Amino acid sequence: MRETKFSAKEEHLEFVSKIGKGAVRQILKMGRMGIFLAKSVSCCASPPIKVPLILKQIQFIGYQSLLVIFLTGAFTGMVLGYQGFNTLSRFGSDAFLGPMVGLALIKEMGPVISALMVTGRAGSSITAEIGIMRISEQIDALQLMGLNPYRYLVAPNFIAALISVPLLTAIFDVVGIFGGYLIGVKLLGVSSGVYFGEMMSYVEMEDVLEGLFKSLNFGLIIAWVCCFKGYYTGYYTGFGAEGVSTATTQAVVLSSVLILVWDYFLTSTQLFV
Amino acid sequence: MIKIEDLHKSFNGVPVLKGVSLEVEKGELLALIGRSGYGKSVLLKHVAGLLRPDRGRILVDDQDMCRLRGRDLLRVRNRLGFLFQSGALFDSMTIFDNVAFPLREKTKLSEQEIREKVIVDLEQVGLAGAEDKYPSQISGGMVKRASLARALVEEPEIMLIDEPTTGLDPLTGHTILNLIDTCHKRLGFSGIVVTHEVPKIFEIVNKVVMLHEGRVIFAGTPEEILSSQDEAVQTFVAAGSEWLTHDAACYPPMLERRKKNIHAL
Repeated sequence: MRETKFSAKEEHLEFVSKIGKGAVRQILKMGRMGIFLAKSVSCCASPPIKVPLILKQIQFIGYQSLLVIFLTGAFTGMVLGYQGFNTLSRFGSDAFLGPMVGLALIKEMGPVISALMVTGRAGSSITAEIGIMRISEQIDALQLMGLNPYRYLVAPNFIAALISVPLLTAIFDVVGIFGGYLIGVKLLGVSSGVYFGEMMSYVEMEDVLEGLFKSLNFGLIIAWVCCFKGYYTGYYTGFGAEGVSTATTQAVVLSSVLILVWDYFLTSTQLFV
Repeated sequence: MIKIEDLHKSFNGVPVLKGVSLEVEKGELLALIGRSGYGKSVLLKHVAGLLRPDRGRILVDDQDMCRLRGRDLLRVRNRLGFLFQSGALFDSMTIFDNVAFPLREKTKLSEQEIREKVIVDLEQVGLAGAEDKYPSQISGGMVKRASLARALVEEPEIMLIDEPTTGLDPLTGHTILNLIDTCHKRLGFSGIVVTHEVPKIFEIVNKVVMLHEGRVIFAGTPEEILSSQDEAVQTFVAAGSEWLTHDAACYPPMLERRKKNIHAL
């Protein structure tokens, strides 16, 4: 009887031990992510800055994302035009379609949807590229040449994302506003002067800066998470092609979730401070 | 130049290195042999500072690699060349750009000077004409030769070579080893070569160390290993040799070749 009680106690201890080990592993991972962010920011802010690599990444993250931003921006604006008109006309307030579309895009949907599109298109690719370099020992080769891999692989992506994501967000906003114009004015009969006139009355520079600040944050999140997942492929994922695939999936999911969670905190801070 | 003292390393509780000690003098080339999975590549990565041991020291010119960080570690690595088993060429760059990369990033040489040096280095490893190809467009042997050229382009004082002939046909493997021998004689670097290419490797190295189950079971000259009475050593060496005997007198042709410069098969 005494032996059975002792085994049951051991099982409970084993269970608690597993929870503890899992928690410690997660905390270690978060710590490593924090150190990675600090090292990356330090490389961005100190010479030598690899300008050709930054330009190459701006071309990849920014220029090559234009088409997807145009399309998503246009259709988001058009849907906002439809739904906005449908909702506002119930209250006889369809004249406020312009400010509604403008504010929704500039403050919220522009930064968030642009960031999610960039995550899916460019972020996954960044993770895969750095992950493949990790598993094929190219990052080790860089280190053994006495060079800092952060300067070649991570810092250019950070700087390029901080430049590209706000610009893409701005383009998304503009295209979306014209998408809303297309539906609201051309299709549903809202006056063109009212659409833009009311928008100019209600959309302030503060709103634009809030959207810009959000997009900067999201650009940082995308670069941070996607570079981290690629750089540490094999540490938290399997090895080989499967490891790269897992790392890419985790990068996109984690970036997307962090963007939405951080958006909540930024919004609550901006609205109530 | 390189001194390893009582090195211990485990992965997930499984011991891989169980107290390894060895020494490489200046200008000496050491062959690290042993069965697969017995920690040879792990040991090499410790010397390069890519792994940290659980216990023990790795001294490179009296500097403890385990304690070095940041700029101090970079300074030691600037004197090091590493040839990876897979080659580890940057796959988005041409062969020329791969070999030129360390010179472009770490020296103040002009592009013309870099071009001249890289062309000469590629010719010396037999890759003249392949400068504009990408790593995915060339054979395994050519990848190894390009990696060797990149590792040697800065004329390092220490070379760490991880299984340079694995995956290659015997003829190409011997060509690579002859190249390493030629470069060693020309540049005079100290080095460790991890290899299974027994007994060919005995022709080009000064010292041999054999790892068995995480421990050093032999350390000596190639002549001594060929006459070793240890069963594990005999089995390993005989497995790679056409002679199934431990009588050193049966290896004169091989030992004679050690005394000559070999440049071609």
